[in-house]
Amino acid sequence: MAVVETRGLTKVFKEGQLGAVNNVDLVTREGEFLVFLGPSGSGKTTLLRMIAGLEQPTAGEILIGGNVVNHLSPRERRIAMVFQSYALYPHLSVYNNIAFPLKAQKIKKELHREKVEWASSLLGIGGLLDRKPRELSGGERQRVALARAIVREPTVFLLDEPLSNLDAKLRASAREDLEQFHKRIGTTTIYVTHDQVEAMAMGDRIVVLHQGFVRQIGTPKEVYDDPADTFVATFLGSPPMNLLESDDVVVGFRPEHFLPADRLREGSRIPLRFRVTYLEFLGAERILYGSLAGSRFEEKEVLSRLPAAVSEAFQVASVYDFGVASESLRFFDRQSEKRTQPKAIAWQ
Amino acid sequence: MKPAEHNVERCGGASATPPSPRERPRVARRPGGRWLGAAMFLPAILYVVAIIGVPFLMAFLYAVGDVRVGSVGYHFVGLENFRSVLHSPAFRRSLFNSVIFTVGSQVLVIVGAFTLALALRDKFRGRGVVRFLVMLPWVAPVSLGAIGWKWILDSLYSVINWLLVAMHLFRQFDAPQWLGEPKLAMMSVILVHTWHVLPFSTVILLAGLTAIPRDIPEAAAVDGAGFWRTLVHITIPMMRPILNVALLFGIIFTFTDMTVVYILTRGGPYDSTQVVPSLAFFTGILGGDLAEGAAISLFLVPILVIVAYLMLRVAHRAEVT
Repeated sequence: MAVVETRGLTKVFKEGQLGAVNNVDLVTREGEFLVFLGPSGSGKTTLLRMIAGLEQPTAGEILIGGNVVNHLSPRERRIAMVFQSYALYPHLSVYNNIAFPLKAQKIKKELHREKVEWASSLLGIGGLLDRKPRELSGGERQRVALARAIVREPTVFLLDEPLSNLDAKLRASAREDLEQFHKRIGTTTIYVTHDQVEAMAMGDRIVVLHQGFVRQIGTPKEVYDDPADTFVATFLGSPPMNLLESDDVVVGFRPEHFLPADRLREGSRIPLRFRVTYLEFLGAERILYGSLAGSRFEEKEVLSRLPAAVSEAFQVASVYDFGVASESLRFFDRQSEKRTQPKAIAWQ
Repeated sequence: MKPAEHNVERCGGASATPPSPRERPRVARRPGGRWLGAAMFLPAILYVVAIIGVPFLMAFLYAVGDVRVGSVGYHFVGLENFRSVLHSPAFRRSLFNSVIFTVGSQVLVIVGAFTLALALRDKFRGRGVVRFLVMLPWVAPVSLGAIGWKWILDSLYSVINWLLVAMHLFRQFDAPQWLGEPKLAMMSVILVHTWHVLPFSTVILLAGLTAIPRDIPEAAAVDGAGFWRTLVHITIPMMRPILNVALLFGIIFTFTDMTVVYILTRGGPYDSTQVVPSLAFFTGILGGDLAEGAAISLFLVPILVIVAYLMLRVAHRAEVT
């Protein structure tokens, strides 16, 4: 088991262009499940590929287990990686796919069967060893890729969007399997995804990336409740945080905190009038689209997310008394978009 | 019965059904529609019949007859020509040479083309220029290239020998006779033919290489495989079908080709580079014995049919398993 660290890691693909990864400093914790989260083009995969040794950094250092590994080839880094496409060897049986890293690392042949059986039983694919990859379903392929990754007991696991090729139902169960699997083997894991639900559900900590810059590193709760800037605030959470500009600050509040006024405590409540323009019924919750009315934020578009427990009926084009608790407000600097201290602002 | 009712009855009441098979020709028939397809096929069929079919039939007729250049009659002689060909030492020699020529050049071509394809797959500065240069031997007329080689390997003016002499490796009049000694001549012919067909195989293999998803060699690298292990256990097995295609084409191009031999050595010295197609040409066209020339060239057919069949089967198996 090992800790992965990057210091000022930068990757510029074409000179003069904006870097794909810019000056990234991060340290994993022992046995941690760390998630790189960002929209496409945010540099998360490039960052992972640099850690794997598949991409040479333009600047900065990568340390695995305390040693600088910049000059080491992927195989010398003793990491395992699961690719988005799984990259199974199509001409080899499942058994030989899983045994390939053992052969490549010249592990004694007598141990191969035992290790392959251990890895395949851990992932519940013991019955598929004679099949070829194309005879497997998406979920089975993903398990084979994982088995191939764990078979030589690597120090670090790198997973590049391993669930994105699965259908929604399978994805949920595969996510749970992955979590269980990580708990059992306890190897430091870096997981790349653009899916915030995956990131929130699986990550011990989340690294939010945007345009090659780290925007925030924190636990799922920290990045959700205390976003470091407006990008994190709007990228995480679906629907995203409501943002209102006021002088030199931006005030934000989550849609689930924007509730009918009678649901909030009198003392800390900031009353706002809400004109509903559109309603979405999603079963467990309702999303109300609309805009503020009768204040200095007139016409500002906001969303409200009401749990099923709130049973009031709302009519489109009507105006209701809503509000938000003052402790639910988050403040950002309008210029830098970074988080700032709470401020008193004029609401009316 | 009206067409509409016909539809309803056959298709269980669906209104927007395609026309039933009986009605379809009426829709498809346009002015000249019946002949248009045939007319568009005709040039290709004519081409194949005139350039391949007729000569093939003539060769077959000649081979079982006694036709010579200038002879007026035609007498059926059965398999006499084939018997005579099989007994001729020159034919057996050329068959053996053909095998050496084909195997030798194909080994070099596959190894060379694979190496080139691997080198040209990765991006580097000037790759476009290098790719163009690699293609040149294929796009340049073979006679032009072979004549260049004839000078390079000439007994008196060979640049290679000039260099060897200048480097004091050989004495002036003792330098190797590239086209004059049987073994060297065969080697030269093989090398020049390799030079000529290498680009074609390179392009085929390059296409096959680029078809391998980039993830796969990367996964192998992360799994701990070095260059050779990736090559032997991943790249080559994944390239098997395309390697077979390249080899199949290569064998057919080489076994039936006589340009390089004809220009460089004319089969000499002492028939040491004579291959089956050149022997057929010298016997039938230059020697005037059309019947025997035809018989010799027909020996190529079963051999090539077997090769093609075997290779296609191998390719098919690689595809299925």
